[in-house]
Amino acid sequence: MFDDFFIRALVAGIGVAFVTGPLGCFVIWRRLSYFGDTLAHSALLGVTLAFTMEFNIAISVFVISSMIALILIQLQKKTNLPGDALLGLLAHSSLAVGLVVIGFLTFIRFDIMGLLFGDILAVSVDDLLIIWIGGALILLVLKLIWKPLFASTVNYELAEAEGLNPDRAKAIFTILMAAIIAISIKMVGLLLITGMLIIPAAMARNLSSSPQSMVIYSIIGGLLSVIIGLFTSLEFNTSSGPSIITAALLLFILSLFKIKQSIKLKN
Amino acid sequence: MSTDQNILVKLNDAGLQLNNKWLVKGVSLQVEKGKIVTLIGPNGSGKSTTAKIALGIYKKIDGSVEKYTNKVGYVPQKISIDWTLPLRVNDFMMLTESLNKETIDEALSLTGVIHLKDKNLGDLSGGEFQRVLLARAISKKPDLLVLDEPVQGVDFTGEIALYELIKKISDELSCGILLISHDLHTVMSATDHVVCLNGHVCCSGSPMDVAKNNEYKALFGEQASQILSRYQHKHDHIHTDEGEIKKN
Repeated sequence: MFDDFFIRALVAGIGVAFVTGPLGCFVIWRRLSYFGDTLAHSALLGVTLAFTMEFNIAISVFVISSMIALILIQLQKKTNLPGDALLGLLAHSSLAVGLVVIGFLTFIRFDIMGLLFGDILAVSVDDLLIIWIGGALILLVLKLIWKPLFASTVNYELAEAEGLNPDRAKAIFTILMAAIIAISIKMVGLLLITGMLIIPAAMARNLSSSPQSMVIYSIIGGLLSVIIGLFTSLEFNTSSGPSIITAALLLFILSLFKIKQSIKLKN
Repeated sequence: MSTDQNILVKLNDAGLQLNNKWLVKGVSLQVEKGKIVTLIGPNGSGKSTTAKIALGIYKKIDGSVEKYTNKVGYVPQKISIDWTLPLRVNDFMMLTESLNKETIDEALSLTGVIHLKDKNLGDLSGGEFQRVLLARAISKKPDLLVLDEPVQGVDFTGEIALYELIKKISDELSCGILLISHDLHTVMSATDHVVCLNGHVCCSGSPMDVAKNNEYKALFGEQASQILSRYQHKHDHIHTDEGEIKKN
């Protein structure tokens, strides 16, 4: 059944949505939108590395994104620059370096649009394995660190005081972020991965009153976005990433009506 | 059981320096099971910092902290919660430990906020939130409770009730309590040991000892000293508005 490129894309997208749902909630709660963007931009370097060394794209993106995260943490400790400036510095310089390196690799034909915005034709059976096995691992690890990560998101000092080791949870979460970018880059494209993380979770925030329900709505929102987006992409021959994100945006707009209602009820 | 086994946390000459400025220096104290240790001192004297040192929140400290338990309940002085999080009181109760429904209900009832269980945390008033914070800290039945001004913003009658509750918890669970409070009246009646801070330990001992101490008098004034010592005698009389003494 995986012979059909569209089925492959659908199965890949559904796998990605299951993982971006819960991770996206943490991206919103911990205000990491721009951090996610930085890691995603640096993914281009990972992709070029994969092409030059004929290596698996997901693994090489994962390695490069993790390295950029580590460099960021070091820069935060060693310089007096504000966090957003450092993020911008790393995001744009790694994107620029990636594009310059591509310029040198004239012997390889690059589908830049596909890299930036996702390409459903590019999803192979190997990619499906990486998405589903990698995704399951990410969710498993997230489940294990959920308590300390969530507690420190609410209040760092409470978590630290009551012995939950929030620093370790934060470090592991950073690695999970690099991992989700690595496995979803082919589907959504590196410029739009953060959108896949944030928009369904933002929609979920409008509908939910507890952290658990927000995670569930976020997953449902992601799944619907992928399914609607991919069918649109097939029908109108649009890039897969933008189609998925546009579907997510529409769901977000619909969720705004729910807020209005609850505010009316309060008054 | 020897005294040493009763020790829950011990600070040895502990201090914290931030940007070349000492927040607090040379603090030695210990909290034992079933005892209430109260930190008093003016604003900026390092009370909250000392509590955080005891909790192990700061990593680079001077001196040392020995913590003998991991079952800790903490009520911070300031807590800024980001309201991008959908969080009900019930979710907040289970923040650091999974508890069953009965335990949560019991703790919320003790601090008088059981009716707020399904409310969004962001919709609570300051006093209500403070009661929820205290309920959360006691619900996990900790060995060590660190309470940084636990009744701030709570109404007057509630304040007295909550202090009584704190004393009761210390007796029933035989947990040690490190308490920070500005309210000398209420606190002193129940405290076993007072540590008076002013960037360093200015004096410490039983409430009576501290009240007699000259440094304490210099810091808080003669009146405060009388407040402390008042609790050393039994209240067998009341003072009328005219200043006369009336036997009970």
